[in-house]
Amino acid sequence: MKFGIVTFPGSNCDYDSYHAVADTLGLPAVYLWHKDTDLQGVDVVVLPGGFSYGDYLRAGAIARFSPIMREVATHARAGGPVLGICNGFQIACEAGLLPGALLRNEKLQFVSDRVYIRVENADTMFTSRYESGDVLRIPVAHGDGRFTADAETLDRLEGEGRVIFRYVNASGAPDETSNPNGSMRDIAGIISAEGNVLGLMPHPERAMEDLVGSADGRRLFESLLARVSA
Amino acid sequence: MSRFRVAVHIVPRKGILDPQGKAVSDALHSLGFDGVTDTRIGRHIVLHIAAPDAKTADAQVREMCGKLLANPVTEDFEIATVEAA
Repeated sequence: MKFGIVTFPGSNCDYDSYHAVADTLGLPAVYLWHKDTDLQGVDVVVLPGGFSYGDYLRAGAIARFSPIMREVATHARAGGPVLGICNGFQIACEAGLLPGALLRNEKLQFVSDRVYIRVENADTMFTSRYESGDVLRIPVAHGDGRFTADAETLDRLEGEGRVIFRYVNASGAPDETSNPNGSMRDIAGIISAEGNVLGLMPHPERAMEDLVGSADGRRLFESLLARVSA
Repeated sequence: MSRFRVAVHIVPRKGILDPQGKAVSDALHSLGFDGVTDTRIGRHIVLHIAAPDAKTADAQVREMCGKLLANPVTEDFEIATVEAA
């Protein structure tokens, strides 16, 4: 199984994603340049974190028109896995691969912290190695992470089991301090209707080894490995 | 082709939490502007474009707003002015 990590101008978690896949898990990984028009036969596309195009206009708004994104959309339409992390989640929403939008954090401050998120649905290709209800400790680092959608969309996401991660406290319950950005219904990550595009604001690729404080993100990649290799 | 200067206002849609707008409303209230009931903070974009006429320029900018300049999920836009430039 091969991972392709897209580098946009302003991406800064592409190396972290590469390290997570190639060095930590020992899997083949390649960088895909934003001007490329070929996915090089990768099985999983990672849209990494960062500030693509300086977040000009809106986070992710310009990156979605990069040449590589046409290929990513084709890959996604064919059922190929796409993992959008942080800025990658913003890009996926702007590109229409996921519903909703990510707006400026409610308190208008950049948040760089470790937060707790709860696995809401372990029956996806990204979460099969977790149990629903597992509480993970994962870093966040973003200024625009407030997931926003209309009530109908939120109800549909919840009804279809497409809210995959939610911000909670260490005990696994939401409280007044557990949501770092004011996202609606404490949503940290969602999945597409077909279940092959996951977007989340927290950084699982920065939680791969106990050495860096948490290995809770590792099972997300191992879930993909189990699925795609099967 | 003529040249036009088109100004667009883009603001967070009604009902979407706008923390900047809320903070400014609160500040205005503390200054005594009690009549302020809502503040929305968005962006103002000025485009210079070549088009056969003002109507076409207006239509083109609307299309730009739908595709890129505004996010249809969270923002509303209005063409403020279309002037010959």
